[in-house]
Amino acid sequence: MHKYKETIMHGVFLLSACISVIAVITICIFLFANGIPAIAEIGVFDFLLGKNWKPLENQFGIFPMIVGSLYVTAGAILIGVPIGLLCAVYMAKFCPQKLYKILKPAIELMAGIPSIVYGFFGLMVIVPMMQNIAGGSGKSMLTASLLLGMMILPTIIGVAESAIRAVPECFYEGSLALGATAERSVFFATLPAAKTGIMAGVILGIGRAIGETMAVVMVCGNQSVMPKGLASGIRTLTANIVLEMGYAADLHRDALIATAVVLFVFILLINTLFSIIKNRSKD
Amino acid sequence: MELAEKTTPAINSRTWKQKLREYRTQPLSLLLKILMLLSVAISAGVLVMLVGYILVKGIPALIKYCPSIFAWEYNSTNVSMTPALVNTVIMTVLSLLLAVPVGIFAAIYLVEYAKRGSKLVKVIRVTAETLSGIPSIVYGLFGYLLFVITLGMGYSLIAGAVTLAIMILPLIIRTTEEALLSVPDSYREGSFGLGAGRLRTVFTIVLPSAIPGILAGVILAIGRIVGESAALIFTAGTFAAVPDSLTDSARTLSVHMYALLSEGLYTEQAHAAAVVLLVLVVDINALSGFAAKKLAGKSE
Repeated sequence: MHKYKETIMHGVFLLSACISVIAVITICIFLFANGIPAIAEIGVFDFLLGKNWKPLENQFGIFPMIVGSLYVTAGAILIGVPIGLLCAVYMAKFCPQKLYKILKPAIELMAGIPSIVYGFFGLMVIVPMMQNIAGGSGKSMLTASLLLGMMILPTIIGVAESAIRAVPECFYEGSLALGATAERSVFFATLPAAKTGIMAGVILGIGRAIGETMAVVMVCGNQSVMPKGLASGIRTLTANIVLEMGYAADLHRDALIATAVVLFVFILLINTLFSIIKNRSKD
Repeated sequence: MELAEKTTPAINSRTWKQKLREYRTQPLSLLLKILMLLSVAISAGVLVMLVGYILVKGIPALIKYCPSIFAWEYNSTNVSMTPALVNTVIMTVLSLLLAVPVGIFAAIYLVEYAKRGSKLVKVIRVTAETLSGIPSIVYGLFGYLLFVITLGMGYSLIAGAVTLAIMILPLIIRTTEEALLSVPDSYREGSFGLGAGRLRTVFTIVLPSAIPGILAGVILAIGRIVGESAALIFTAGTFAAVPDSLTDSARTLSVHMYALLSEGLYTEQAHAAAVVLLVLVVDINALSGFAAKKLAGKSE
């Protein structure tokens, strides 16, 4: 009887563990099965490199959205990485214990705030601010980059901090003993040794930024045209889906699913890169 | 490492005067220090501004509309958030019911049963990592294609809950794994030594000691469910009423906020909803931190 129960439960555990495998396979199947035919019908080049997204005229080119997503993500990285990294260095090496006890939960809280709340904040505070500074509607690439930069801060700080803490203390001490200041020691001895871990954090941040939907859709302007400058409105891949899925039908709907396929492929590439770098840092 | 920090010898500590003298000859160090402090100030400032703005604008809005915004039935004059709150609770419970047992069992398999370095374990790890990287809008579309259309559930609570369950699964697996790994092997050896089988050891010895860690993960998952909107719009829909059954469309509080914002008519009510959402998420996070701390205290 006991043997029997053991075997059954072993099977149940195994099955549960396989559910994540099944889930990934099902997600792939459903997205690709619905998206690939649409891409084929539109034409791979017309779809990926076409500059016109006019569903009413049967023109489905998502190039402006791809470029939009990449620009906004790059902007977020430019804003988020330096601030996040400096913050992480401070928290790992210079922060007094008392301040750390406040700062750490605060950063964790930042990671927990829902993206719709960030979007709301962006819409109500950053957009009017940008209106005053740059003119126009205030909903632009720059606004979206700024908001996304804030949103990826906790990710980058968290990963970079643990990467810096993982570097053996002797790097720092050796540099100090050679007469370097504490700041110099951390930035030129400890930080280079934490390089791979920090890269992993940056890539994780890229994944976050490119997949972010609800916050971006509120502040990026959503014009489906090629971006003309920092202050011009753009549309990202994610925004394209969430804006039009509600009323789309037929080829239009399938084109949106194909948009998700492109996004999914981007994410898979980023994930692969992430695990390669993570494995390298383990060695 | 922590110990070393606490017992820094007096010779290594320096006065402000000494530091300042050093900075005068080392402008780069001073610059780096200033940049670091600036970054910390910006990060903290962003959070303070965000929370401050929501509280300052939201609490008066909440008071202004107080009784009517919590009316049981939603209509366009009271813009009540009560149905959305109730739906959030139902959605959370449903998703957890689906994801927590599967996640815990999966983690038990990975930690207690699987052979180290087996191919299957590697595949499971890779897929769990993939799942945690997929953006929520892709989950939303997938849920729409599979549950809403193919399985014919329509926009419904259950379609949303299954989608969210898949989304939080990797989080639960990972936190449970960590909690199980932190249980010392001597517990297991003791149990085996007394003649208990593997199953019994897992359920009576290992799992109870890992509960705070598992709980911290579950609470984190609750936070994600409460905050999620993109994955729900196309699976659970945006219908603003307390549902009669699992197959009815229902909006959670986050989706409610999105709906208010995209209609653009109810900014003040959106502020009120934002406060409630923020307070919920902050509390949930604090709870999770508390549970995790309890685990850390126990293992010492």
